[in-house]
Amino acid sequence: MTGQTTAPPAEVVPSEEESSGVLARISRIQALQIIGVLAVIIIIFSALKPHSFLTVFNIRGIVQDTSILAVLGVGMTFVIITGGIDLSIGSVLVFSGVVADKSMAAMGTQGWGAAIVGLLVAVGCGLAWGLLNGFFIAKAKVPPLIVTLGSLGAALGLAEVITGGVDLRDIPNVMVNDIGFGNIFWQIPWLAVIAAIIVVIGIVLLHRTRFGLHTYAIGSNPEAGRRSGLNVSGQLIAVYALSGLLAGFAGWLNLAFYQSTTIAGQSTTNLSVIAGVVIGGTSLFGGYGSIFGSIVGLFIPATLQDGFVIIGIQPFWQQVVVGAVLIAAVYVDQQRRAAALRGGRRTMTGNLLHHLASSRQAAPARELPRTPPAS
Amino acid sequence: MSPTLQARDITKVYGHVSALSGADFDVDAGEVVALIGDNGAGKSTLVKILSGTETPTSGEILIDGKPVTITGPLAARQYGIETVYQDLALAPHLNPVQNMYLGREIMRPGIMGRLGFMDKAAMRAGSKQAFDELGATVRNFSGTVGAMSGGQKQAVAVARAAAWGKRVILLDEPTAALGVVQTKGVLDLIRRVRDRGLGVVFISHSMPAVMGVADRVEVMRLGHRVASYRAKDTSMEELVGAMTGAVTQENGS
Repeated sequence: MTGQTTAPPAEVVPSEEESSGVLARISRIQALQIIGVLAVIIIIFSALKPHSFLTVFNIRGIVQDTSILAVLGVGMTFVIITGGIDLSIGSVLVFSGVVADKSMAAMGTQGWGAAIVGLLVAVGCGLAWGLLNGFFIAKAKVPPLIVTLGSLGAALGLAEVITGGVDLRDIPNVMVNDIGFGNIFWQIPWLAVIAAIIVVIGIVLLHRTRFGLHTYAIGSNPEAGRRSGLNVSGQLIAVYALSGLLAGFAGWLNLAFYQSTTIAGQSTTNLSVIAGVVIGGTSLFGGYGSIFGSIVGLFIPATLQDGFVIIGIQPFWQQVVVGAVLIAAVYVDQQRRAAALRGGRRTMTGNLLHHLASSRQAAPARELPRTPPAS
Repeated sequence: MSPTLQARDITKVYGHVSALSGADFDVDAGEVVALIGDNGAGKSTLVKILSGTETPTSGEILIDGKPVTITGPLAARQYGIETVYQDLALAPHLNPVQNMYLGREIMRPGIMGRLGFMDKAAMRAGSKQAFDELGATVRNFSGTVGAMSGGQKQAVAVARAAAWGKRVILLDEPTAALGVVQTKGVLDLIRRVRDRGLGVVFISHSMPAVMGVADRVEVMRLGHRVASYRAKDTSMEELVGAMTGAVTQENGS
């Protein structure tokens, strides 16, 4: 009882890894397994139809189809890391597109001026919906599922009220020709470059900044965040606002790509994005995930869809396969997290032996993953 | 000299239930005070009031003899009072360094800091120093806290409080979930924190832990202090007697 020297008894793990970007690195490693799945899918299609699947034109198509979902996926990853969900993104996308279209039509010009006004209007609309979602979730304590289900209906309903349910097509030519279909050079579409920029900004924001750290923290244990003095409500509102803002931006890209407000075409966009994010390894229980994984997760359904068409299988099979991949991805994630909480290391092979050698005496009782927050 | 943190005649009423009825309490710098008492004696309520998570119905809190109002946990922290909660309040998906600095991150200088980029190297060095000073057995700074043993989690929570606390550290049942070896580690941490000149208040049901580390033992019963002993002048029998009401002592200290 009196000994002043703490014999270092407990598990001494001698490796002093660099701490920088640990979350990022772990997430990347987790996402690597999803990359493996994507690689297998690509190899199978390439082997079956090398001359039509593995072409620049076809790959360009897949990338272009995924670009808008990727923008949405960035926001959704933040939201799911907080332990929440945002079902409203597809409707917010439509609403923002409709209001932007109306604004651009009112200007009556076809140039960049109108396009930029449309961009600002779309982003502003998305931001407003996101703030509304965030307010009701963080301040009124209504569960995110309910709030965003409500705004899903409300945003789409308002878009239909504004348009009478008929799609609008008043989109400046420059938007369609450059953003929608143009290449920045060679076969690299503008849409993909814009999405890539958003993704990179999102990755830096999530993995390198205090904003990202606090997003993980409130998803991991909101009470710990509160007692550490974090503005948990403010952070939640900001995260939903970000998701809304990106949905508004995606609405503008959507106008450029489809030359239409696609009012009836976005009813499952939210679920596609959520599936991609979850396939990419982000935990629905919060506290864990990566944008890189989400992007890979979004490419899997797009690649399957494209591949099935090319090899002549009914593309409806895509939904079946994506469903199976989704469940498998969550199952694998649960297993891995349970193992990690038993004292294992997240980095799979490299540290495994090392870990076994260094922590044999540490056999803490199995701890269950945190249950999802009640609200 | 006034105690570094003192509570006078604190009452706390929840509806019809009186959790504290005129409780007195004090702790000096460089002193470990154990707060003991049966369930419902008001120990946790008192600690919650001192840490700012509850506000007293009536009574007075004094720091260095001056009356203060602790409006919330952040206010308590500004007075140099840090709390280690029973559930530790750690974010399991973050690593020890991130937990250590959560809400108090060191930002990079200049424009990068304004943009939200953190000085990870400085925070890592600060954490290492904090853990080393306490002899905490946390060596792996990049693994998540959720993957650590109970003792290591406790060490992270105590080290965080010790690093930020300038006056008093409050610990609610710090050894309740720990094994023998880990308990000893935490008690050693408590001694080191005291040796750095901070006041330490801890609630415990473990009499050996209380006798082993406390300088003074305050016994609570039915919402107020019934006895105060120098730890070296008392015995477990006496403490248990005071807790249950079998032994009474005129208002101590």
